Amino acid sequence: MGKLTGAEIFIESLYHEKVETIFGYPGGAVLPIYNVLYDAKFEHIMPHHEQGGIHAADGYARSTGKVGVCIATSGPGGTNLVTGLATAYMDSVPIVAFTGQVPRSMLGTDAFQEADITGITTPITKHNYLVQDVKDLGRIIKEAFHIASTGRPGPVLIDIPKDVLLEKCEFLYPKELNLPGYSPNYNGHSMQIKEAAKAINEAQKPVIYSGGGVIISGASDYLRQLAKKGSIPVTTTLTGLGAFDERDDLSLGMLGMHGTTEANLAVSNADLLIAIGSRFDDRVTGKLEKFAAEAKVIHIDIDPAEVGKRVEIDIPIVGDVRRILEKLNPLVEDRSREDWSKQIDNWRKLDDTEVIEKKKLSPKQIIENISDLTQGDALITTEVGQHQMWSAQFYQYTKPRSFMTSGGLGTMGYGFPAAIGVQVGNKDKNVFALAGDGSFQMNSQELATVAKNKLPINIIIFNNGYLGMVRQWQEMFYERRYSSVCLKKQDDCPPGCSSPGDHCPIMIPDFVKLAGAYGIKAKRVSKKEDVRSALEWAINSPEPILLDFIIEEEENVFPMVPPGGSLDKMVLKGDVE
Amino acid sequence: MKHTVSVLVANESGVLARIASLFSRRGFNIESLSVGKTQDDHISRITIVVEGDNKVLEQLTKQLNKLIVVHKISDLTNEEVVSRGLALIKVTATAATRSEIMQIVDIFRGKIVDVSSNSIMVEITGTEEKVNAIEDLLRPFGIKELVRTGKIAMARGRK
Ligand SMILES: Cc1ncc(C[n+]2csc(CCOP(=O)(O)OP(=O)(O)O)c2C)c(N)n1
Ligand SMILES: [Mg+2]
Repeated sequence: MGKLTGAEIFIESLYHEKVETIFGYPGGAVLPIYNVLYDAKFEHIMPHHEQGGIHAADGYARSTGKVGVCIATSGPGGTNLVTGLATAYMDSVPIVAFTGQVPRSMLGTDAFQEADITGITTPITKHNYLVQDVKDLGRIIKEAFHIASTGRPGPVLIDIPKDVLLEKCEFLYPKELNLPGYSPNYNGHSMQIKEAAKAINEAQKPVIYSGGGVIISGASDYLRQLAKKGSIPVTTTLTGLGAFDERDDLSLGMLGMHGTTEANLAVSNADLLIAIGSRFDDRVTGKLEKFAAEAKVIHIDIDPAEVGKRVEIDIPIVGDVRRILEKLNPLVEDRSREDWSKQIDNWRKLDDTEVIEKKKLSPKQIIENISDLTQGDALITTEVGQHQMWSAQFYQYTKPRSFMTSGGLGTMGYGFPAAIGVQVGNKDKNVFALAGDGSFQMNSQELATVAKNKLPINIIIFNNGYLGMVRQWQEMFYERRYSSVCLKKQDDCPPGCSSPGDHCPIMIPDFVKLAGAYGIKAKRVSKKEDVRSALEWAINSPEPILLDFIIEEEENVFPMVPPGGSLDKMVLKGDVE
Repeated sequence: MKHTVSVLVANESGVLARIASLFSRRGFNIESLSVGKTQDDHISRITIVVEGDNKVLEQLTKQLNKLIVVHKISDLTNEEVVSRGLALIKVTATAATRSEIMQIVDIFRGKIVDVSSNSIMVEITGTEEKVNAIEDLLRPFGIKELVRTGKIAMARGRK
């Protein structure tokens, strides 16, 4: 191929990796890349903040299963990626992030826009590289894509000094990988798989606790097969939603802090817990000693470090979830478990208390309408807060890769830019960005990206005038002392006001006008009877639409397991209202 | 309990930083650490002495294994190993105490590597216990300065 510059090698390598879409933002150190991108055949989406760019790459990756690619310049460009890398790292999302760096001769001199981005990102990436020689660039890019997308996926960062991008060398994309320190174990131990099957066949009250790993490994079909065969109820984590069709009788919905009564009680009373691609996060387990206290535990996961990290495991199986279920399922006996399912059905009824009608819109009504109108076929992203939990609870998920949310890191500002990547990767799908009025403002500049790329995202604002989730904790655990959670509060408000009402100043910003400033059509919805028609308008519109739903200010998320409490001690809506 | 862990890593820049970052983030307590070359130019060996129970050691091993730069980890704690550390100790020495100090050094098969009018510098290699013991015996004379390396270790025999 003759001699190529580092920037050209970058482009050629991305062709080799079959990259179609890049989310990138230019700057001095990456000028050589942007110069060759000018002629390249990638779809290049420019966000309006690097954080927006990397969250978009994340949404693209989660929704398509491909590696998300983003570019940022040196210094502030790189540091703006930090939250996005940490978000992707926590939820095991494959991303390759490229950053420009100052020329090699200036490294370590505090040069203009120099930041030690490999040092900064070491604890929040699966691996990272500082390219010291243009001859290494092709190999490093190949390794990065491999590392990001295999084993337990995660973000990989490649930092490239500007002079490396300009230097020339012979280019041959390596065929082989040579990574002696990296060999994920895919095939579970067959003796352990037999042990697991035996435990499943002997169990009277088994529960499957399924996590994001099931989606990542593409094991949803095998999960269904396992559940059906053994009549085993399935609960999923937040990031695991969609792995199991929630319309199925065996679905228990989500477990954990805001899980369903049936999921939390089933886990608390189970005699066998089958953890698949999940990691016993504290928001899932609550008080650890009480979590599945009666149960024998099987844990299937690709990351050995997760097995036994928080909970003692009786039958650990390290490997790829799909391959393991493929081998496990034939060993599982066909059987029904009527007593167990009857007991679970009784737990389902615990949370059936009639909701008291309130003046303003209920988030439940809005989300159930979206669910009904799209029949579980939409792609949903959320921000972080109450609306995130409501989105998890009230939308009926039917497919893997249909729910994109920051589970591990809980990143406000994730969902809206992520929706950009989701829509770019799924052009013909209905994409909903379900956003809190607080979170949305963390990356609302991406309205420009949506408008300019004419991405028909449905942006749904849950406008409660509060940082609602924090307000809920202040209400429940801090004697309703609302401190820095009211989004309407201005300097002339009475000090210590904790009661929203008609006397409040108007909400800043006006989201409808904000959308208007970007040329995006928007509507404010405050009446129950307008909810469905507004949603229909958005869904049927070929353009982006923003809907500003004015919801009840002090609505809370229930059920709730108070932090550190055990899963069987839930606070229900009926307990407080 | 103390564990001695031997880690083979890629010999490239930034490796130590990755390992140090992992230890501090996950709260592992390093007692000593030593890095050096091996017979293979591409590989370095890090010997780590770490405090913790078996569960801590298991997490440490698994987390270290996740680093791409880590090739192999062996726990030498329960192995038959030869382990050594080196110390340089500068001891106050007067005409009256000099010969007594030299006797102690002799018993421990240490070496006197520098002498001045009021001090002696002692070089001692050996197991941790041996180095501790001579340090204790020399302390009453007055230790002016002391420097110790981390422990290095290797399994005995054919392994
Ligand atoms: C970047 C970031 N900062 C702070 C928090 C803490 N936090 C969690 S939820 C929340 C409130 C979110 O408010 P909003 O987006 O309006 O959602 P609501 O809870 O009202 O639905 C805050 C501040 C966070 N998760 N992420
Ligand atoms: Mg809010």
